[in-house]
Amino acid sequence: MARRRVTRRWEVFAGRNRFWCDGRLMTAPHPAVFLLTLALITGTCALHFAFDCPYLAARVSPALPAGGAALALLTLSALLRTALSDPGIIPRAAPGEAGAEGPGARPPPRAREVLVRGRPVKLKYCFTCKMFRPPRASHCSLCDNCVERFDHHCPWVGNCVGRRNYRHFYTFVVSLSFLAVWVFASAVAHLALLARAGAAGGAAGGAGLAGALRASPASALVAAVSFLSVWSVLGLAGFHTYLASTDQTTNEDIKGSFSLRRAGARAGAAGAGAGGNPYSRGNPCANCWHVLCGPLPPSLLDRRGVVPGEELPPQFVVTVCPAPAPAPAPAPPAAPPLTPAAANGALSSHRHAYMNHSLDLDLQELCVGAGAAGAGGAGAGGLSASRLRLLQDTTMIDAALDLDEPEPPPAAPAAPAAPARA
Amino acid sequence: MKGDYLAKNMANNRIPSGPNTPGSQQTPTHQGIKVFIQRDYSEGTAVKFQTRFPAELEDRIDRQTFEYTMERLNEHFEMAESADCSTYCEGCLACLTAYFIYICTETHYEKHLRKVSKFIATQNERIYNPRGIHITDPILRGLRVIEITIIDPPNCQSPTGNSTGQLRHT
Repeated sequence: MARRRVTRRWEVFAGRNRFWCDGRLMTAPHPAVFLLTLALITGTCALHFAFDCPYLAARVSPALPAGGAALALLTLSALLRTALSDPGIIPRAAPGEAGAEGPGARPPPRAREVLVRGRPVKLKYCFTCKMFRPPRASHCSLCDNCVERFDHHCPWVGNCVGRRNYRHFYTFVVSLSFLAVWVFASAVAHLALLARAGAAGGAAGGAGLAGALRASPASALVAAVSFLSVWSVLGLAGFHTYLASTDQTTNEDIKGSFSLRRAGARAGAAGAGAGGNPYSRGNPCANCWHVLCGPLPPSLLDRRGVVPGEELPPQFVVTVCPAPAPAPAPAPPAAPPLTPAAANGALSSHRHAYMNHSLDLDLQELCVGAGAAGAGGAGAGGLSASRLRLLQDTTMIDAALDLDEPEPPPAAPAAPAAPARA
Repeated sequence: MKGDYLAKNMANNRIPSGPNTPGSQQTPTHQGIKVFIQRDYSEGTAVKFQTRFPAELEDRIDRQTFEYTMERLNEHFEMAESADCSTYCEGCLACLTAYFIYICTETHYEKHLRKVSKFIATQNERIYNPRGIHITDPILRGLRVIEITIIDPPNCQSPTGNSTGQLRHT
């Protein structure tokens, strides 16, 4: 008997993520940069362990390689967990869940407002996912999914960073900065010891720093790589420490969702109380604890689940469709409900339809986003153009933030967007 | 092992299809009327569902029973998201073991989700299914909504406690 009789849920997944190992692992659609990150880290560490560590273990202390190994293990494990796990994707909704729906029905309103701890928060309707995005969720345009507590789409780790993997991402960034400092210090110490030994006479390469470099060129390479990377990683670690202690996401920080100016405008409009972050627990330690060590929410995707099946308990199925239909007889879930070929055909066509549809919508959203961004720049709306450009240039996450979020001034941008939608 | 739990539990979820006609909170399909209970965000992003009694259920079940179910459900989710000492310890331990601990243990949240599934299965079996109502486990709907299906009454007078033995157990 062939093993693969069932279609698993990841095979009909509507977003653009890629799945590996029969759905056990998942990444964003183009994980090339992630492989670069992985190669850079493992390569540098390998050089460090091969060339610096034996010398340091013999001359200084075996604790140095041990500490480096522990840090490298933590970094790699956190990186793999960030990159290969579900960032907190919210599965797309059934039509009808969000309210009025269906062919010919009037579309649901674009946004609705709820009060979160007394502060008004706007929930936008996601046309791709067919639901009102929960507070703090955002649609990743690269992966084409709504992600809970969306932070950003990080090309370096090849995945979105969201509610489920933020803690792993944070661990990765912090441990990587420690690792970079550690490796740099070790390489420099190695070179310095070699140079001193050379000056004392009797070393192979010759005297001084030149001799040390000649004796161990790998150390120089390791030192250079870690020196160049340590600054950006340290900066990122500091930034995320700030974010975690205030319980904000990168997305919210860049848009200034909780800044006083916008909060003031909103309070004026809604007549509600002062702004500020409604999700914060009030004290930085509590925020950090909760963000980094709080309960880990489960993945909602069920990637390895089997696709078709009965939704209701058997007796309901029997009572609802009694005799006339022999084909969909309520088989036990273990047996394949359809012939595999037919099921595969139907599913793949369904999947393609789904994908095309979402692409369509995405194009529309992009048009709207572009209009909104232009108008926002002109009218000094939510996000300033220079800040956005700075962000794009420095972090490569231009596509990571969904551009339809920065709010345009209410009147202007609707006009250019309307023809595209019609 | 935890994967098995979700897989078993969500095997019955399926990609929605079928005719849908407009309606505010309810959607008649070939399987009956569906009523959706939405999330309540008033206390933050933790999972909590509205407890408002939907009018569609009025002639089938009394308000107290329904509200009791919803409140218990919300309590379960509150416990799952509660941030007490033990969950913090779990998080710290996971970090210290470089997250390898997640390979072999079930998280605090998943334990509570299991309880939620059990609770819903019992409630369905004892109270809702005999009255022609079926509550879908919210994890099957991505914790976005609670879906309540109302089966047309003429067909479902008969099911009683004895036929519910076929209910899936988790």
